[in-house]
Amino acid sequence: MLEIKDLHAGFDGNEIIKGISLSIKKGEIHAVMGPNGSGKSTMAKILSGHPAYQAMSGEILFDGKNLLEMDAEERSLAGIFMGFQYPVEVPGVNNAEFLRMAHNARRVKAGEEEIDPLDFDDLLSEKMKMLGMEKKYKERNLNDGFSGGEKKKNEILQMAILEPKLSILDETDSGLDIDALRVVSEGVNKLHNENNALILITHYQRLLDYIKPDFVHVLSNGKIVKSGDKSLALELESQGYDWVTTAN
Amino acid sequence: MSDEQNSVSDILEDNTYKYGFTTDVESETFAKGLNEDVVRAISKKKNEPQFMLDFRLKAFAKWKTMKVPEWPNVHYPPIDFQNISYYSAPKQKKVLNSLDEVDPEVMRTFEKLGIPLDEQKKLANVAVDAVFDSVSVATTHKKKLMEVGIIFCSFSEALQEYPELIEEYIGSVVPVGDNYYAALNSAVFTDGSFVYIPPDTISPMEISTYFRINTEETGQFERTLIICAENSYVSYLEGCTAPQFDTNQLHAAVVELVTLENAEIKYSTVQNWYAGDKETGKGGIYNFVTKRGKCQGDGSKISWTQVETGSAITWKYPSCLLLGDNTTGEFYSVALTNGHMQADTGTKMIHVGKNTRSSIISKGISADYSSNSYRGQVKVGKNATNARNYSQCDSMLVGDKSSAHTFPYIETANSSVQVEHEAATSKISEDQLFYFESRGISRENAIEAVISGFCKEVFKQLPMEFAVEAQKLLTLKLEDSVG
Repeated sequence: MLEIKDLHAGFDGNEIIKGISLSIKKGEIHAVMGPNGSGKSTMAKILSGHPAYQAMSGEILFDGKNLLEMDAEERSLAGIFMGFQYPVEVPGVNNAEFLRMAHNARRVKAGEEEIDPLDFDDLLSEKMKMLGMEKKYKERNLNDGFSGGEKKKNEILQMAILEPKLSILDETDSGLDIDALRVVSEGVNKLHNENNALILITHYQRLLDYIKPDFVHVLSNGKIVKSGDKSLALELESQGYDWVTTAN
Repeated sequence: MSDEQNSVSDILEDNTYKYGFTTDVESETFAKGLNEDVVRAISKKKNEPQFMLDFRLKAFAKWKTMKVPEWPNVHYPPIDFQNISYYSAPKQKKVLNSLDEVDPEVMRTFEKLGIPLDEQKKLANVAVDAVFDSVSVATTHKKKLMEVGIIFCSFSEALQEYPELIEEYIGSVVPVGDNYYAALNSAVFTDGSFVYIPPDTISPMEISTYFRINTEETGQFERTLIICAENSYVSYLEGCTAPQFDTNQLHAAVVELVTLENAEIKYSTVQNWYAGDKETGKGGIYNFVTKRGKCQGDGSKISWTQVETGSAITWKYPSCLLLGDNTTGEFYSVALTNGHMQADTGTKMIHVGKNTRSSIISKGISADYSSNSYRGQVKVGKNATNARNYSQCDSMLVGDKSSAHTFPYIETANSSVQVEHEAATSKISEDQLFYFESRGISRENAIEAVISGFCKEVFKQLPMEFAVEAQKLLTLKLEDSVG
């Protein structure tokens, strides 16, 4: 599904990712871990198509297509979802209305008719019920005045509506209390199936107590220094990042 | 021009100022310059009653003693008032029996602007008065309105047919010497619209005036007077466009509204005058307008809604004089500036009667190199017991070279009043747009959603079709500016 080949990338000409290769198949969950400044967030931004970040060399193929030639809108429509670390607040734009716009953009892309507001409301209610989310998420404005936990929950709601093929969740666990973390992870688990894939970008292993990765990659200084299965995360937890980064 | 028939949305499709064309009509234009003879000549040309000439002369005498206001937060080279022509009219037969006699080029101009005037294609439920340069060229749906006793005609016609109404009300809201530009208008105004709603009448349709400046060196000085008698209601719309010239044209209008007991006037404007070249700032309209409503009768209400998207310079404060007890004044405004535009706009709410209420919702959006100021005055007199005002003035900045300013003035002479003022500044940011894009929503739809969210409280005051067009207009103007 996703093929990253010897990627070098960064912003303002500063190289932060210094040669990463990674292959992700459908049905898989990959965790990308690493200390602060290791290039985790840059990797998320490059994958989502943030205009301030550029690839210097290497390539990224998504379902065989050159991802680096697509803008953020095209990537989303192709089935990539970015769960932001700091979702932006948009006062004045109703959350449900925003979700309907996003949903309709997909329908239009697929040559289908736009959904009418009432049918969309049914769809939204169903997804919210599945995720155990309160009604207020429909009524409020997009992330406006949301707490950190509410913002992250709202990202998962968007993921549920958009049904992406590949989701990249950037530090989704940061700033969450234990209850919110549980709600968010349960949601992610419900949405995961054999046809989609997940990249979890995280500093701490506690998220991986809830969402079980098939692969764990440790990033340090812009490179993957170690890859393994779930046990690698536990080892990191007990020994700290120095264990892998100094070994490099 | 041929047989093009663009709807307003077609016209909006492309991001250039589509109204920038000129129409080749034979017109009768006075030589440039202003003196008492010109004032007399205008009055004579229009065959006006004596009181009107006296009014003009009084205004002219007053104007000569006045100075150009310097307090607004706008900057422009001094205007040479002797280099403007004060009268320009498309040449036509003296009396028009039907719309068929209007110059077809003029008719086509309005059609191109999306304002069809001929009987077959008239806008279904909107009566239109079309003002071309200095004169009103066509008024639609007159008969239908007359059936319920509503008078809707050009100002010139009203002066001939209903001089007593004009004499009673003209200058009663905006006195001849009110301000520099109002005095100038009072001396040289050429036409405009007149509306009279008789008692106990709800206007069966929206009434509107569409202003078009066509000639390069003509000033447009029109006058609108709306009187809404006891227990009546009217919703009035105003639209404006102008061709694209490298020089600046002056538009100095006066609008006076009067409501008698329990009457209500809702006045909406979508202003899209040519704003000058986006890059150089050259050309564009100077829009120096005085708009004021007087809630004369108890329990009456005046509501101003404006969407200001054009003009090189806007200087405009639609105001309410709340004379009667239990009267209400409202001001809802969206002012967008981009390129090198400058706007200094707001309102005045003068509370005189008891239990008077006013609310002000102002949304300023500034992009590129533009400057956008809100200036508002809330004044409560000593007899205005229990008066209340709520003001909310929000600014949105697009990019980092534009500026937004808020100048609230609050004066109260009565201790029982409640005045609230809230202000906020926000930014439409690249991060917000990226967030939308990363959900598969186009940049254009994202801007539209953010802007319409910001302006929601104002847009919901506009009649439906106007709100849709206003939203599109704002999106279109901002597309190049974000980022």
